Amino acid sequence: MALRKLASQFACTTGLRVGISPALQACRESIWRSFATVSEDRKYAASHEWAKVDGDIATIGISDFAQAELGDIVYVEMPEVGSQMESGAVFGVVESVKAASDVYSPVSGEVVEFNEKLVEEPGSVNKDPFGEGWMVKLRLSDPSQVDSLMDAKAYEQKCASDDH
Amino acid sequence: MKTPLYDFHVEHGGKMVPFAGWAMPIQYKDSLVEATLHCRSNGSLFDVSHMCGLTLKGKDAVKFLEGLVVGDIKGIKDGQGSLSVFTNEQGGIIDDTVITKVSPTEVYLVVNAGCREKDLAHIGKHLEKFTADGGDVAMDVHDDRSLLALQGPAAAETLGPLMDLDLSNFFFSHFAKLDIAGIPCYLTRTGYTGEDGFEISVPGERAVELAKKLLESPRVRLCGLGARDSLRLEAGLCLYGNDLNESITPVEAGLTWTIGKNRREACDFLGGEVIKKQLAEGVSTRRVGLVSTGAPARAHSDITTPEGEKVGEVSSGAFSPCLKKNVAMGYVNKSHGKAGTQLKVVVRGKANDATVTKMPFVPNTYFKTAIAAS
Repeated sequence: MALRKLASQFACTTGLRVGISPALQACRESIWRSFATVSEDRKYAASHEWAKVDGDIATIGISDFAQAELGDIVYVEMPEVGSQMESGAVFGVVESVKAASDVYSPVSGEVVEFNEKLVEEPGSVNKDPFGEGWMVKLRLSDPSQVDSLMDAKAYEQKCASDDH
Repeated sequence: MKTPLYDFHVEHGGKMVPFAGWAMPIQYKDSLVEATLHCRSNGSLFDVSHMCGLTLKGKDAVKFLEGLVVGDIKGIKDGQGSLSVFTNEQGGIIDDTVITKVSPTEVYLVVNAGCREKDLAHIGKHLEKFTADGGDVAMDVHDDRSLLALQGPAAAETLGPLMDLDLSNFFFSHFAKLDIAGIPCYLTRTGYTGEDGFEISVPGERAVELAKKLLESPRVRLCGLGARDSLRLEAGLCLYGNDLNESITPVEAGLTWTIGKNRREACDFLGGEVIKKQLAEGVSTRRVGLVSTGAPARAHSDITTPEGEKVGEVSSGAFSPCLKKNVAMGYVNKSHGKAGTQLKVVVRGKANDATVTKMPFVPNTYFKTAIAAS
């Protein structure tokens, strides 16, 4: 998830000249330490998406840290069933009141399902990012990609170290 | 730069971001949706000290200012004010400003933080010539003062007990110099949210003291610039740099009402010829409101006809926390500007339905007399 893009887009949207690092710094200090959790049963990308693997199917969503930083999510754009998602490439967009943010696929594969509930209730991503707020399910084309993602502990450390 | 409230913001969980050279709180602990709704249902306190207050004093202050802005300043009653715009020689908007006529020889203005340097240079340049020609006017920039905005239905009940002023006769755009909680302030019943409310200019060294006093009201919360942007957009109010700039005239911006009726014949302000022609012949593009489906259309999104012909561009857009739908304003060819016109806004290549909609999107609740409101 392009969190770095977020601040600059917010700047563009509102005419506010938001410097990116100080904005994230402030967010991290106030949000990460007080609220954000990680889920142990899945893997994470540095760009704040998670992948939960069951056989050759991976469910993809964004982390609690990411949703907290984005704030109230009002629209989620997801790929069609049958489309191909490439590891590291943009597959969707999450729009909060603040800004639009790209979401990157942590793994490659073919979309087998997207979360239709998010069309009507995008706020599920805020309320339950690791559950009801999942975004897409895909059939992995290269299951070994999962191994290169971070586990919960490594991701948690990454978020904490980004604090400084 | 930091306002005198910087540490106070940080203590209250404010996320500080750089804005127009200042470190300002964009948000506190409330989400943007919560903060926006809270202002409309209760009350919100904003630090807007980054904005630049200034006073023009002298027997020719009004005459001088009328050369630079489109408003009928002479016609404003003492102790009242109005929104106005500074124009350039092409009739484009240099800045929008709230002007208060304190007395026939004293005018108080607040201009945008992001326009401060160019505004002061612009005013200064004309001031030099005006005074060299014998005009009596001097400018005082209020860098020693802070500006707080108290907005929302709880604003008046919060402020009332702290001062000796009958607010039932103190209407929208009214101004007074008085003590609030024992602090000498300039009070204007105005704001940037569409709600009833006040802007309070306070000596910088007492700004925190006043903020604390106002926050004693259980209905008032601190609010950052993020929700302030949602609020002003819902209220149909322009953001300079997005919805207004130096190549847009007040006529195109839908701000013809700021041009004093008795000034339209002479148009004796900068860019007056251009504006007089536009008043007579009309303009080809105008600012309109839009309500759209799908992803929110942000600034610079194309506006097209249902057939895909580009007819304009969004200047500000976002999801409205109060209306729970996407609202935007933008400039379109005049023939497509009528309320109810069906158009499209293009977001990441996808054309979403949009309907031209009258603004404000959320009705304003300014405290006006029956006559002034009509």
